[in-house]
Amino acid sequence: MTTATDSLPVTDNPFTLSHLDALEAESVHIFREVAGEFERPVILFSGGKDSIVMLHLALKAFWPAPVPFTLLHVDTGHNFPEVIEYRDRTVAQHNLRLHVAHVQDFIDDGRLRERPDGTRNPLQTVPLLDAIESNKFDAVFGGGRRDEEKARAKERVFSLRDEFGAWDPRRQRPELWSLYNGKHAVGEHVRVFPLSNWTELDVWQYIEREGIELPEIYYAHHRDVFKRDGMWLTAGEWGGPKETETVENRLIRYRTVGDMSCTGAVDSDAATIADVITEIAASRLTERGATRADDKMSEAAMEDRKREGYF
Amino acid sequence: MSVTIETSATSLLRFATAGSVDDGKSTLVGRLLHDSKSVLTDQLEAVEHASRKRGQETPDLALLTDGLRAEREQGITIDVAYRYFATARRRFILADTPGHVQYTRNMVTGASTAELAVVLVDARNGVVEQTRRHAAVAALLRVPHVVLAVNKMDLVEYAEPVFAAIAKEFTAYAASLGVTDVVAVPISALAGDNVVEPSAHMDWYGGPTLLEHLETVPVGSDPSEQPARFPVQYVIRPQSGGPDMEKWRDYRGYAGQLASGVLRVGDAVTVLPSGHTTTVAGIDALGVETDIAWAPQSVTVRLAEDIDISRGDLISAGATPVPTKDVEATVCHLSDRPLHVGAKVLLKHTTRTVRALVKEISYRIDIDTLEQRSAPEGLAVNEIGHVVLRTAEPLALDSYTDNRRTGSFLLIDPADGTTLTAGMAGEAFDTVRTDADGEDWV
Repeated sequence: MTTATDSLPVTDNPFTLSHLDALEAESVHIFREVAGEFERPVILFSGGKDSIVMLHLALKAFWPAPVPFTLLHVDTGHNFPEVIEYRDRTVAQHNLRLHVAHVQDFIDDGRLRERPDGTRNPLQTVPLLDAIESNKFDAVFGGGRRDEEKARAKERVFSLRDEFGAWDPRRQRPELWSLYNGKHAVGEHVRVFPLSNWTELDVWQYIEREGIELPEIYYAHHRDVFKRDGMWLTAGEWGGPKETETVENRLIRYRTVGDMSCTGAVDSDAATIADVITEIAASRLTERGATRADDKMSEAAMEDRKREGYF
Repeated sequence: MSVTIETSATSLLRFATAGSVDDGKSTLVGRLLHDSKSVLTDQLEAVEHASRKRGQETPDLALLTDGLRAEREQGITIDVAYRYFATARRRFILADTPGHVQYTRNMVTGASTAELAVVLVDARNGVVEQTRRHAAVAALLRVPHVVLAVNKMDLVEYAEPVFAAIAKEFTAYAASLGVTDVVAVPISALAGDNVVEPSAHMDWYGGPTLLEHLETVPVGSDPSEQPARFPVQYVIRPQSGGPDMEKWRDYRGYAGQLASGVLRVGDAVTVLPSGHTTTVAGIDALGVETDIAWAPQSVTVRLAEDIDISRGDLISAGATPVPTKDVEATVCHLSDRPLHVGAKVLLKHTTRTVRALVKEISYRIDIDTLEQRSAPEGLAVNEIGHVVLRTAEPLALDSYTDNRRTGSFLLIDPADGTTLTAGMAGEAFDTVRTDADGEDWV
């Protein structure tokens, strides 16, 4: 009988890769597969940390050539100014092309209607699908990670979407080895998630290792916020605070960046990347649980939105 | 207990679990996640809330992993999900493969990227048909390490002879399949014995807990023992645009991920399928020039001579495969549409996709008995068999036994892009027997 004591100790194999190197190598492989197999790929870029890490990986994957993809931002109109500033600076710095799809345009011409709660995050799907269709994008990179949410834990790296952009969890292609199948019919497209196997902590450790700059709202700063549904929200033109809600100046930071109306801040004095890593490692709340109101709408909120074409 | 999450760089282990629901797989996965601090308060609250809504008094931890509406409604797991957890020593990616009817396909998927498979056995039942099937799939996919977790030891009074008999039977069976690295751990996932914490009930067991073993099992093979294989993914030529185009005017690099082995500047290489030979002039590791790269790094290779190379070619050093249009392989069929002789398909091998014809389905393997059976109806979903294919262009295939990356391929339906079949070049097991070999196998 073989018992565990027979197993070899960890050797000083000089060829061992750290987990960040292994994840990086896998993500770069995914970017290059898409560049090799698709006609019109696009990277969804919001100025959030996941999309920033995605872009950083794409820059490394094609060095010294420029990134062979354009960027797409679905703009809810409820943005943090620091993030938009970061977005535009980054696009200019790397000589990239950016498409912006404005939710406001769709509200103005009646294709979308404002929700009573003022949240625009769920409204992003329609402009996203419209941008994909009108630009004929055939591969759309998203920064989604499987650790974020249990519906995302089932998501493939290459996720086929039909002509309505819909995700059908029961009809997903099995994905084996590192052989990604990007075949699709005209009108269909493939969502690609190069950060599938990364966790929030990996993303931050990588940001630290690579010295990646982020929008300042990821680090502790004083800000006027008010409490709604247990989360600190930033006051803004989108409809907060209401008369019953009081504004306080607090030391906070953001763990995720999205639509201002549903992205909550956390109390934090983490002012550096190292502080943030320490804070996340000790946190008892998931990233989305701490900061995303829209995921709390129902038990299957994410799955339902993904079925409609959301990321 | 609490596990501190290490924030510095650690190694990464990809592993898969196999076991039917009754073996306690969900409980085991739940405990690994929970005890490694990977289940956080808000997730637990969501599970408690959902459990109460269903009228359950205690939180149903299966809800942590069953993420989809249909899964929760039907109480089943639909397909492979990936879970993430970390300890101070290592990061883990767990392919959680459900054990119901669509079982073989899911386990093959999970095992394809796994370096270790945990096969769960109920101590009261011992090695059963399902167990042999798990071992066979792990062997088929060449998962380097197998752990036999003998669960529910609390229900057999933590008796050593029960464990020893099961471990002995399983290890012998696995050895007959060619699996040499088997580690057996007696556990109770429910009570927590030997999963993360050593058991107070099994003094007779001297080995590590399951987690301890997962943390210390050697990751990856030694790349210096394998010949270098570098499938070209993409040709990088900055002169076609970009701000620094003057500086990089003469740059021509072949981007890819080393599938195996080590490449050094100066190495003699052969480009397949053309057969041209040259040497490595330079290696760029994602923006940094280096003189050595190894699997599974993603790098860009520059060659001494300007040879015509494009996506789908293989840069090879050391023993070089002979490109062939005749492919013999063991396959697992993944699609509800059966695979028939005469089918015209696409074959994706590394970065190369070619047209292929299914010339012969030599036999189907009964995964429970490892017997070869005839397959006049073709291969149905979840079936494993041996096929002969003819490809339109030559492929530089290795045997899957030698190389999991350059020995594997997919068959794809050219009509709609459906992934039909997972293929492994070469024979499945040395021990596959024909019907005539006798009945008392195992």
